[in-house]
Amino acid sequence: MTAPLVVFFVLAGLAVIGALSLILQKHPIHSALSLIVVMVALAGLYLLLGAEFVAAVQIIVYGGAIMVLFVFVIMLLNAGVEEHTNLSRLAGPPGLLLVVALAGFITATIVRTTAGVQGSSQTGAMASTSGISNMLFRDFVYPFELTSFLILVAVMGATVLAQREKH
Amino acid sequence: MVPTNYYIILSAILFGLGVFAFIFKRNIITIFMSIELMLNAVNLAFVAFSQALRKLDGQVFVLFVIVVAAAEATVGLGIIILIARNRQTLNVERVDLMKL
Repeated sequence: MTAPLVVFFVLAGLAVIGALSLILQKHPIHSALSLIVVMVALAGLYLLLGAEFVAAVQIIVYGGAIMVLFVFVIMLLNAGVEEHTNLSRLAGPPGLLLVVALAGFITATIVRTTAGVQGSSQTGAMASTSGISNMLFRDFVYPFELTSFLILVAVMGATVLAQREKH
Repeated sequence: MVPTNYYIILSAILFGLGVFAFIFKRNIITIFMSIELMLNAVNLAFVAFSQALRKLDGQVFVLFVIVVAAAEATVGLGIIILIARNRQTLNVERVDLMKL
């Protein structure tokens, strides 16, 4: 067992445990902290895959900005322990069965259709960050500009939604 | 090197857990977090294939997914604040009318 495999299994285990903890915790703030564990573990996996820029963006935007927003809203609304009704408890076992089937189906389909992908050579590291910036500002420049418009609309929408109504 | 299949299997497991959290949790904020978990699982698959195929398109798409997720979190949390203010609850079973 080589070193990258050990690192992979440690990070993968951390991510799965964090995701399970998100489901099992009753309090939303504990779920949010579990989700941060998942995101940091995924950033480590991106580093292992040689995607340094994506790993940095994952930590800064997901682990930082988005999760701080979640924790902020949870504390602002004073969210308490969630309550389950009989109907929602009933949804557990069939839901688990369906989810296992879904994950198995996705895995089987992707692994079967990408059997040829494995054979690619692993020589030389990709110039990750400079390559990404070249693609982003040359090939994907119109989608990139559209995302700025999207963020502007999102900010305006959030402002309109969250303001108090004047009477 | 770690085989690409391992990453794909981990991605499918995380996506499945996200779907399960989405249908099982009752707090609207936790449901929103499970959507973020599913987006993260898809991002992992994107980066894994990007590395396997030696092409950077996948990583550029991950950046777009992160931007859309940030925009979605902004609007979604605004809607959650509005619901909490009007209904005094965060349980989705008590939010059964679209009318505010």
